[in-house]
Formats: sequence, C-alpha cells, structure tokens
Amino acid sequence: MRIKENNLLRKNIQRKILQVAAFGFTNSHVGNIATGKIYKGYWKNFCSPGLNCYSCPAAGLSCPIGAMQAVENTPRFGVSFYVLGFILAIGVIFGRAICGYVCPFGLIQEIFHKIPSPKKHLPKPFTYIKYLLLIVFVVLLPALLNDSYGIGSPAFCKYICPAGTLEGGLPILFTHPELRKKLGGIFSIKAAILILTIVGCIICCRFFCKVMCPLGAIYGLLNKISFCRIHVEKERCVSCGACHAICPMDVNPVSQPESAECIRCGKCAAVCPEHVISVGFTGNSSPN
Amino acid sequence: MEKKINCFRIVILAFAICLIIAGITRGEVSSVFVKAINICLECIGLG
Ligand code: SF4
Ligand code: SF4
Ligand code: SF4
Repeated sequence: MRIKENNLLRKNIQRKILQVAAFGFTNSHVGNIATGKIYKGYWKNFCSPGLNCYSCPAAGLSCPIGAMQAVENTPRFGVSFYVLGFILAIGVIFGRAICGYVCPFGLIQEIFHKIPSPKKHLPKPFTYIKYLLLIVFVVLLPALLNDSYGIGSPAFCKYICPAGTLEGGLPILFTHPELRKKLGGIFSIKAAILILTIVGCIICCRFFCKVMCPLGAIYGLLNKISFCRIHVEKERCVSCGACHAICPMDVNPVSQPESAECIRCGKCAAVCPEHVISVGFTGNSSPN
Repeated sequence: MEKKINCFRIVILAFAICLIIAGITRGEVSSVFVKAINICLECIGLG
C-alpha cells in the first residue's frame, strides 16, 4: 500500500515538474502581463505543442489551433501544411502525452480541479463533442465563411475557445481600456463558455480536454499509432480495477490501452499492485 | 502486427515532415507570424 502511494506521489511530482517547466517555457514573457504588450519576436514563427493562446502577453510561441485557422483564413493557402504537419509529427511521436506533460491549458485545468467541490465523472458520449468542434469550427467554418475579400475568420477562437478568453482576453482587456469599450455579444458568449469551462473543470478533471479541445481530439486519434504508448501485460492482470479507478480521464488501460482519451499520465502504472502497466516509447517501456 | 504499425508510424512521420517543408516553402510561416505578433481580436472576444 505504502509503496503504491510512494509510486503515485513520485509520478505526480515528476509530471508536475515537467508541466510547470513547459508552462514557463511557453509563457516566458511574464513581464508583458503588466503592460498588456504582445511578444513580437522570432519564436512566434513556431507553434507550441500544447494549447496556449498567442494573444496572451506572456506567450512566446504560437498556438497551433489558432495558427491553423489563421493560415486557412489566408485566401492563397486554404489548408495549412505547416501547422498540420507540425501537429501530425508531434502527435505521431507523443500522442496525447503532450496533454499530460506539456500543455499549459491542461495544467491550468488541473489547478482548477484542486478547488474543493463534489467531483463527477463525465458520460462517455460527451467526449465526442470535441470531434464535432474540430470539424465544424476549426476545419469547415474558417475555410467556408469568407468576407467580400475572401478572408475568413478563426471560428473556434472567435466563438468558443475559453483558453483565448482566459489567457489572452482577460489580461489584454485589463490593460487596454480602449478595447473594453468595444465589448459586445461575442464576448458575452465567450465569457459564458469560459465560466462553464471553469465550473466544468472544478467538478470534472480536465473538462475542456475531454469535451472541447480540437487539439486533444487530433492527438487522441494519433494515440492509436503514436510511438509513446501504454503497454499492459494482460495475462498478469488480477482485475483489481485500481488503474481504472485512479484514471483522471476515465480510461480503463487494460481494456483500452490505445484510448483516444489517455493522456499517458502514468497514474495507472504507479498504482498497479502487479506492476503490469508501463508507459513509454515503443520498445522502451519498463514497468514501474 | 507491431512491425506493421511501426512502418505506418514512420510513414506518417515522414509525411508530416514533408507537409512542414511544403508549408514553409509556400510561405505559410509569415501568416502564422503576423497573426501571432498582433492582438487577435477573435481570441480575446472582440471578433
Ligand atoms: S486536450 Fe487540449 S487543452 Fe487539454 S491538454 Fe490536450 S491540448 Fe491541452
Ligand atoms: S489510462 Fe493511465 S496513463 Fe492513461 S490517462 Fe488514465 S491513468 Fe493516465
Ligand atoms: S491495477 Fe493492475 S492488476 Fe489491477 S486491474 Fe489494473 S492492470 Fe490489472
């Protein structure tokens, strides 16, 4: 029992250190928050692997979902090979381990979930909403809804993304009174979605990741073939259910090691009394 | 089976790298850069 707790604690600390480091690297211009200025340097040519709004004054990298829509909105491009290639490459190597270890908005959601409240599991059908949001708001609307100059708008950023409202909207509006005067109906929709997301995250771990994130949806699909994976020695499993019970994403790693929801956090491996689960890269996944 | 998946992974990775190179070649990076260095009104809710 004690060994199990120590394993879990060690795993949690290792993961938190990586998450905080990735958060700091992605948002290295913290000083800009006070002034509301945006970093305009070279690194904005590159996307972060996780979801992080490029309108956040602290952001040092671009957001892959925002960047994908921005290129789609440019009439001479249509589809973004650059961003799609980047997401595909990262996804095929790491799968949703990016969500578990690197994504800044994933860490923010975990912090919200620490707020004391009744905790609930989410019914599985809700997890399919993110695929719908990906297809409609990231792929179709930005490509199809054009103004008279043929320029589209980033529909996911505009109508949905609570990461944009929280990381970009609040600090920018706080420091730019002239922009506050222009707030209207769209901001009300986005503010309502942000409140729903925060309440959702307090009650249900990573509510946004499970239900709404288009980037998580792509990485989830790539989980099935990614180099980083879960290995389970099923013949040694005693079906105690400890792994399923601890999983923050409601996955049973024994029956669905390739689940699109698994963020490779390794909690299941840490609590397994028989040490039959391991998380790692193909050919290099040693049991805990 | 594992060998097949491994081949598939490598093909996808190679394809992804080709996409990145194609995107850079046709100048997509500047679209990303320009969007990322200005306040995105859609992101902050002024759309
Ligand atoms: S699902 Fe989206 S928001 Fe959640 S951790 Fe993954 S990339 Fe980040
Ligand atoms: S199945 Fe295991 S590694 Fe995957 S999310 Fe659940 S606890 Fe984490
Ligand atoms: S914790 Fe280990 S032994 Fe228990 S059900 Fe999961 S894999 Fe099987």
